[in-house]
Parts: sequence; structure tokens; C-alpha cells
Amino acid sequence: MTLDRRNFIKVLGSASGLALAGCATQGSVGSTSEIMPKGPARRVVVLGGGYGGAIAAKYVRMLDKSIEVVLIEKNKQFISCPFSNFYIAGLMNDMSALTIGYDKLAANHGIKMLFAEATAIDPAAKKVITTEGAVTYDRLIVSPGIDFRNEEVEGYTADTANIIPHAWKAGAQSTLLRNQLQAMPDGGKVVISMPLAPFRCPPGPYERATLIALYLKKHKPKSKLILLDANADIVAKKPLFMKAWNNYYKGILEYMPGKKVTAVDAAKKTLLVEGIEEFKGDVVNFIPAQRAAAIAGKAGLIGEDKKWCPVNMTTFESTLQKNIHVIGDSAIAGAMPKSGYSANSQAKVCAINIVALMNGKELTELSGVNVCYSAISDHESISVAAVYTIKDGKIVSVPNSGGISPVDFSMTKAEHAYGESWLRNILTEMST
Amino acid sequence: MKQRWSMWVLAAGALSLSTTAFAAAPPTAEMISFSCAGCHGTSGGSAGLTMPSLASQSKTAIVDAMKKFKSGERPSTVMGRIAKGYSEADFNLMAEYFSSQKFHPTQQVVDAAKVKKGASLQEANCSRCHLEDGKEGKDDTPVMASQWLTYLQMQMALYQSGARKMPEKMAEKVKPLSKEDLEALLHFYASVK
Repeated sequence: MTLDRRNFIKVLGSASGLALAGCATQGSVGSTSEIMPKGPARRVVVLGGGYGGAIAAKYVRMLDKSIEVVLIEKNKQFISCPFSNFYIAGLMNDMSALTIGYDKLAANHGIKMLFAEATAIDPAAKKVITTEGAVTYDRLIVSPGIDFRNEEVEGYTADTANIIPHAWKAGAQSTLLRNQLQAMPDGGKVVISMPLAPFRCPPGPYERATLIALYLKKHKPKSKLILLDANADIVAKKPLFMKAWNNYYKGILEYMPGKKVTAVDAAKKTLLVEGIEEFKGDVVNFIPAQRAAAIAGKAGLIGEDKKWCPVNMTTFESTLQKNIHVIGDSAIAGAMPKSGYSANSQAKVCAINIVALMNGKELTELSGVNVCYSAISDHESISVAAVYTIKDGKIVSVPNSGGISPVDFSMTKAEHAYGESWLRNILTEMST
Repeated sequence: MKQRWSMWVLAAGALSLSTTAFAAAPPTAEMISFSCAGCHGTSGGSAGLTMPSLASQSKTAIVDAMKKFKSGERPSTVMGRIAKGYSEADFNLMAEYFSSQKFHPTQQVVDAAKVKKGASLQEANCSRCHLEDGKEGKDDTPVMASQWLTYLQMQMALYQSGARKMPEKMAEKVKPLSKEDLEALLHFYASVK
């Protein structure tokens, strides 16, 4: 009885003096004692409350109230990566417009929150092990985001990101980069390094370079920015970014393709390209290459490429582990990019088909969307949009649809306003 | 013990399903429409000032809008590119879904004097098509009530510039109205809950 009550309070997250997970027990191995004993109701556990997981949890409940949903998330608040470049470049004063909580989402849909860090998954026992205890599932949705392949970079240590931030997970890292930019004297040099595709948010590094160039132009006009791209060419919204750089940021922003950083020296704020060419900055933003988050690896969800999780593109069920579904940045989802909107869209497809599977109903083919805005100034934005379908088991773009904004920039002002609404709608969808 | 047994049965059932079920039916109304919600809000209730709520719109209005986005007749930023990804049958499924969602009231700041003036202008000029103070969508007439003022203003600007074509009946009624009258009307519609 006492145990039940304790669990109940924790699960609701209404911390009446009880320590909430994650922060108190960082780095611990987790407990295998059952924290939320499973009753007769069927249960879906969702791991990760970001763009994918929060939506998956919500839509499973919207589609079938008889299925219990437990959402496991490390942090009590979620901070959006999309639009965090606005904050970094000083176009937002703080991160309040990027931040959401889970209270309303949980209350509106009867989702059971567990604020804890998942430390392991036991696919045979159908259990997630967390810092607060074990949780049993019938089906598990894993939406853990990315981790960095730091081991591929010579000189990268546990402390590197505290000196040369990646700022590729929004929050303290974003603040660090912003503060470094603000502290940099006029005439300084900013170096941004971006990895080979695929990585989270393909247009993100280009938008970041653009908005930091805007910041320099406005506040530190003698400064320079170099964008080192490991790719041979711009991988997203190319003609639009090129035009923006040419029209607005000439002499400030220099784009250098084919520059793969292989070593870093954080103390000297230096990046080494292919072991020979050295780039030193006053502010260095090194975005390492990426893979599915560590928990996906521990659960045996990462495929032959040793980076990402192969899934059935109708159900998003892992092709490697039964009853575990993977969505968002960590999944291999055909033509869908690793974006917030893709994760949102995949979460719904996954929810529809998990509910079908659990009720013995027919599956439904994927229909998905991606819409992504990037700002090119403080009042202009550009976009890419796509509609996805499934062909021979693979997610593909519907032919002759989607694409980028007109290159004449006739829509950029309107798209800036639409971008703001995009953020508001998608975060509202995740938090209510 | 009893609980445990039922868990086993469920687990075994799920396993056999996931191995056998590969065939999938074509996208349903929900499958297609859920993708719209990232920008238009869950169940088509928008929280973004430039995005219209789709909830409770009439089927004809939705299909009509999507066809015009697809052909380029109605100007847009992303909607034209997105509409090209769907067939007319898909538009009908979206229409079926959003028309059956509950009306989405919004809380927004409006000018009380403009709302008052707008109310009488609506009654005198628009009420034959925009039924129930714009709350009811009929045929190709969209639901105006509670749409965000910013969205309404952007659309009216497109009408005024000629980029978006007004239906003839609407053009007749709008022509004699002043800029201030139109602004008052939009404040009125935004205020209706």
C-alpha cells in the first residue's frame, strides 16, 4: 500500500517533497525493481519526451484510451532545438519560447509521466530499466534523439564541449555559445564546424552560421565567421542560403565545403581538418558527427552502419528487436530528414499502427510530412516542405511535390511569420 | 498470478501479429490528417497566429482550398508545395476528418469598438453566406469565427492585392466597404467564440 502510494505520487510528478529523478541519481546504473507494476491494462512505454516521443504518447492515448501510456523523460522541461539559433544569435532574449513542460499533456491525455533516465532496455523481459526502477511494457517506443561520435575526433575529451560547445542539444550548450559570442570582441573570428550527413537538422548549421553572421554584422562588424562543412556541398536549401550569404553577409561569412575536422584542441580553440589544415577561432562551435542516442545502442537497436536504427517503415518497429519501435532522429526513415517535424509525423504513423497491432487490426500505410523553416535575417525566413509516402517498403517523397521556397525571395517575409507560428503550433501540440 | 497469465497471453498475441502483419491498407483520413496538425494544431485547432484552424470547416471549403493551392490559383508559401503531394481522394479524406472535428475557439486580443462595428457590418453584408456569425461553414464558405486576427488580416491583404481571388458574391459586398470597415469585420470574426 505504502509503495503504491509512493509510486503514484512520483508518476504524476507532483513532487510533494519527493526527489525527482535524473538529477539526483545521475550516472547511476538504474534499478531493476518494478517502479510501476503493470496492471491488466495493455501498456505502451515511450522513451524520450521530445518532438517524437511526446506526440507518440499523446496519439496512442487519443486513439485508444484502454492502452496505458507511460512517458519516461529525463528532464522536467523540454527545450526545442528548432529556433534555438534565434536565441544563440541574440534574436530571442531567453529560451521561454522554446521551453515546454509536461503537466498539461499528462493531465489532458492521462499519460503517466516518469521523470527518470533510462539506463538499459531488456527486450526479452520487455522492461526499461531507469534510475528510478524498472518499467514493464507490451510495446516500447524509443525516441531518444542523438549522441555524438566524439571518439572519432582526436583530442575530444569529456570537457571539450564546455569550452567549444556543440549547442546541438538545446539548453545549457546554447547559452554557452551565446555567451561566448557576446563576450567576443569586435574583430574576432567565429569558426563553426559541421559533420557529414546524415545528422540532426540538415539546414540547422547553415541557419546558425547565417544568424551568427547577422549578429556580427549588427554588433561586431569587423568580425568574421567561417563555416567548415565536412560535406562536399551545402546539403539543405542550397540556392536559398547561397543567395542570403551573397546578398546580406558578404565579407562576414565564409563557407568552406569539404572540410572534415579530425582533431580538436579545445584549450587553443583550434580545429584540425584532415589532420593538416588548422582553423583557430575566438569562438569555436564544433558540431560532431552523430549517431542514435546511447540507449538505442544498449538495447541492440542500432544497425550495421553502427550509427542509426533500422525500422519497418510502416510501423517503425525495429527490425532488430521485437515490440520496440524507434522514431525521430535515431531512426532510419528513408527520405524523411532528421527534423522535428519528421519526428512529429513519424510519431503519429507509429501510434496509429501500434494501436492497430495491439488491437489485431489492419495496418495503415504511412503518409507523412516535413515542414522546416530557417531564418536568414531577423525578418526573413526560407522553408522546405515535403509529403511522404511508402514505396516498396521505403519512405519516399511524393513525386512532383514539396521543395524549397522561391529563390526570388518573394515569400521570405511571410515565411518568417509562418515560421513563428510553426514553432507555436508544434510546441503546443506537444504540451497540451 | 492471474495478472501475470493475462500478460503472457497479450505478449504472445502481439508477437504473432508483428511477425505476420505486413500488408497495410492505404492511408486513412486520420493517417493523412494527423500530418497537418504539426502546423494546424491537434484536431485542426491552431495556436499559431498565421495558421488557420481547420477544425469544423466544411468539406467543400477544405477540398476547394486544397485544389486551389495545388493548382496555384490560391497564393501560398508552403501550402502549394504540400498540396501537390496529395490526390483529390486524399483531399476528400482530409475534409472528412477536419469537418468532423469540434469548432476551436481562441482567446485573442481584439478592439471592442471594432468588434461592435464589425458585428453590424457582418449582419448587414456577410451573414447570408457566413452563417452564425461566421461559426458555421457551409458549402465553400469557410469558418471565420475565432480564426486568428493575424491570419484574417494576411488573407484580406491577399484579396485586396488581387493575389487571392474573391468569389463574385463576396467581391460585390466587399467593394463598397472602407479599409476601416474591413478591419472591424476581421476583429469581429476573431472575437466570435
